[in-house]
Amino acid sequence: MRVLVAMSGGVDSSVAAALLLEAGHEVVGATMKLWGGAGDSGCCSVADVEDARAVARQLGITHHVFNFTDDFEARVVGPYAAAHAAGRTPNPCIECNRHLKFDRFLDRAVKLGFDAVATGHHARVAPAGVRYELRRGADGAKDQSYVLSMLGQSQLARLLLPVGELTKAGVRDRAAALGLRTAAKPDSQDVCFVTSTGGREAFLGPRIALHPGRLVDAVTGSVVGAVPAVELVTVGQRRGMGVGTERRYAVAVDVPGRTVTVGTAADVLAGGVALEQVSWVDEPVPAGTEVTAQASAHGAPAAATWDGAAVRWDWPQRRVAPGQTVALYAGDRVLGAGLAA
Amino acid sequence: MYSGSRVVGWGAVTAYLDHAATTPLRPEGLEAMLPFLTDGFGNPSGSHAVSRAARAAVDEARDTVAEALGCQPGEVVFTAGGTEADNLALAGVVGKRGGTVVCSAVEHHAVLHATHALGGRVVAVDGDGVVDLDALAGALDDGVSVVSVMLANNEVGTVEPLAEVAEVVRRRAPGAVLHTDAVQAFPWLDVAALAAPADLVAVSAHKFGGPKGVGALVVRAGVEIVPLFHGGGQERDRRSGTHNVAGIVGMAAAMRATVAGRQAVNERVGALRDRLADGLLAAVPGAVETGRRAGRVAGSCHLRFPGVESEALLVLLDDAGVCASAGSACASGAIEPSHVLTAMGVPRSEALSSLRLSLGVTTTDDEVDLALKAVPAAVEKLRV
Repeated sequence: MRVLVAMSGGVDSSVAAALLLEAGHEVVGATMKLWGGAGDSGCCSVADVEDARAVARQLGITHHVFNFTDDFEARVVGPYAAAHAAGRTPNPCIECNRHLKFDRFLDRAVKLGFDAVATGHHARVAPAGVRYELRRGADGAKDQSYVLSMLGQSQLARLLLPVGELTKAGVRDRAAALGLRTAAKPDSQDVCFVTSTGGREAFLGPRIALHPGRLVDAVTGSVVGAVPAVELVTVGQRRGMGVGTERRYAVAVDVPGRTVTVGTAADVLAGGVALEQVSWVDEPVPAGTEVTAQASAHGAPAAATWDGAAVRWDWPQRRVAPGQTVALYAGDRVLGAGLAA
Repeated sequence: MYSGSRVVGWGAVTAYLDHAATTPLRPEGLEAMLPFLTDGFGNPSGSHAVSRAARAAVDEARDTVAEALGCQPGEVVFTAGGTEADNLALAGVVGKRGGTVVCSAVEHHAVLHATHALGGRVVAVDGDGVVDLDALAGALDDGVSVVSVMLANNEVGTVEPLAEVAEVVRRRAPGAVLHTDAVQAFPWLDVAALAAPADLVAVSAHKFGGPKGVGALVVRAGVEIVPLFHGGGQERDRRSGTHNVAGIVGMAAAMRATVAGRQAVNERVGALRDRLADGLLAAVPGAVETGRRAGRVAGSCHLRFPGVESEALLVLLDDAGVCASAGSACASGAIEPSHVLTAMGVPRSEALSSLRLSLGVTTTDDEVDLALKAVPAAVEKLRV
């Protein structure tokens, strides 16, 4: 097959390219330039592009750079800021996968005559008859099926995830054995356009209006404190919510009302979460199906029932911030995903 | 000539149409350089026999360059390329006299970014990329110390009316000097004549068959500049640093060959360019030529294919063995929308669908034939 590998400049996609070559495929690498502003690294710095190019050179494959900064701004960065302005907490990495890697990049690969694209995600695509399943990666601690949970059959049919069968340590071993310069490169962390020094505030401050707000007790309704910016508070957050002897959490965020409702650990529990923009890996799952559901990239999956519109937890769970992705699983198989309403 | 492709890894290339990015080293340039990469290793700034031999070569090269650029040998300052020459011109004048820089909106980044860094002003161009003389007049006053307008544009090939620009500068800012970036002009135009109204003229060797990393700035007598960096005071205190002897000699040899063959090359390559541009405009539905062809240098073919992403187009052309470009590449290698097209009023979406095919001395009929097949095929594939 002719395969276009999305090479981020990290170790996983480096090894993905190497494994595909070993398997006898015709391999070309491409790095997406997504973000031109400040950032710690992640996906799009010049240094990362140089790493990807160096690995491609080591492997003897062609490497291209695709400038998708316009689309990244329109599909990921802009909506991220707008969602925060509306009191929601989106996952920009998932939106990037949805709109950039598995739409824009995949579309370009097809136009350029490639049979498939590959990435370095730790997850597995398994053929099942004429259909495809999406499964958790072999390394439970590094599993990234959550950030791919919005994919459907049309994308899975053209997707290869060569490192999904390996552990992270196994990936690094392969990279070291091949002498790839990315073998010991640290994993990317967090959102590429939010710096660790400035945080969300430094990023959002110039883009949206930030408003001070009141902290209101969930039970008594009395004002118990203040926050500098309601737009920066996420449901479930503890930092900045604490007053009194007991730990306090953000239970709800009301941006127009400039109010954050705070409560105890018990107050922040919920029996379920309604989902919007639900997508399915294959056929929709019928209401009443028992699933496990995962509400963050490295969160523990919890037993639940899908009722057709919402996830009903078997035992109450921490509230899911509106805008977060909830992925539904049957064992290690991804069923689908939606955004917390 | 370029033939040893395997060593540097471009064995499949069959049509090199990116001469505006760089053009192969002329045989005359290579031949002239070789002795100075071996026995002629002397430092020209010395007094013994080995130094004197190197000094003589640099002096001789200076005479050749001066003749090709229409100036006196003492007015030639050798630099490490066009970017340094442009920066030396602008920062050199401002460093000496203060004042403001004014440049056109279609300048190469070496001028544009230097102008921004010096707090200067940028003047609009028309739809063909020609500087707006009224806007220029409006931007000039006694506070302006240097005006920079290129002789020919690097992306679309537009030739700027330098004599008229000089007239506007004389009228509106008589104290200002005029700099011209003639980097893209030299392969095609009689720079000695056309840049005569300019006080400062920048060229870069690798655009006309010399080696990379060497260029020159003409600083006409009476124009005072401060150097960009401090050191041994070479080049009459205008540019310190040991001379790149082989590079300078190679540049001079390439210049001589370029000037000698320029008229014939213009006629031959101009005809190839017309065949290429006309052929593609006829073969690709919706194709648009950027700007007026008559006002452009002979090697320049700039087209837009609305609905097609140039980044993807370049990959398919690369697969087909055709080297072309679009916009300008940034540090990461990604293609950025062109500031030149933006200044010409081309919408962003169309700017991102452009293709620059630049022809040069070595361009053949076969290369044009291949491009005439490969470009329509690639566009069709991307429009599905």
